[in-house]
Amino acid sequence: MNWSEFFSMGGYGFYVWGSYLTALIVMGGEVVLLMRRRKSCQRINRDRE
Amino acid sequence: MNWYKYASPSAFYPLAGKLIPWFAIPAAVLFAVGLYVGFFVAPTDFQQGDAYRIMFIHVPAAWMGMFLYVLMAFYAGIGWAFNARLSSMMASSLAVTGALFTLISLVTGAFWGKPTWGTWWVWDARMTSTLILLFLYVGFISLQSAIDDPRRADRAGAVLALVGVINVPIIYFSVQWWNTLHQGATIRILNKPTVAPPMLAAMLILLAACWLYSIAVVLIRLRCIILEREQNAAWVAEGAS
Repeated sequence: MNWSEFFSMGGYGFYVWGSYLTALIVMGGEVVLLMRRRKSCQRINRDRE
Repeated sequence: MNWYKYASPSAFYPLAGKLIPWFAIPAAVLFAVGLYVGFFVAPTDFQQGDAYRIMFIHVPAAWMGMFLYVLMAFYAGIGWAFNARLSSMMASSLAVTGALFTLISLVTGAFWGKPTWGTWWVWDARMTSTLILLFLYVGFISLQSAIDDPRRADRAGAVLALVGVINVPIIYFSVQWWNTLHQGATIRILNKPTVAPPMLAAMLILLAACWLYSIAVVLIRLRCIILEREQNAAWVAEGAS
């Protein structure tokens, strides 16, 4: 199997990769925002101590 | 071991911190394995071609959206009934991840619907009830953030979450109760599954990955909520004394 064939997904590439990209953006975004939130709430906690 | 000890946020906080890597690392491994099986092992479907590969993320996301809702309502209910604030914090933490999985299931469903049904969206029973699920999550989150007193917000959220539970069996049985465009269940508990073993394997591995991912992010968020809320309480106590 070659890669261009793999990425075309039998003509459904847009739909298949669109789906996985959406999942990646949503879950990746959740993790990034959560890490930022964790940083800021830990900072508040440190300041109090 | 006294499990009740961990009902207190201050005791649960370090425990949750120790648990997170045990969920996060296997989640990453299983995502990689599941995607490998889904894209390189599972064969092309004879009816849907490669479009069916959307199933590997769509179905786990849809399940997680429903599971996490029930879990959220359960924790919100426990927090309300037994006045357990950690349980209510858990519900608030679950709501965000549940809403995001529901969003993923709706968007990937649209990406799957377009090539197979010829439309991004129809007001079909399953899709409409899943959209309502997303609104319930959003309603829960915005209701809680609209109320300043955290315990009042918890109680109001619990009422909304528990009433909304009725929607979960509606989503699940919608494909049987109504004549829908959405296909029936792929996995049935009592019957043999209708898909080839590698397809089923990819879907179940990604479901496990989504579960572990959910537990990890929910615990991380729960720790943040504990810090934010407890810090506030200590602040009040310091000011008062």
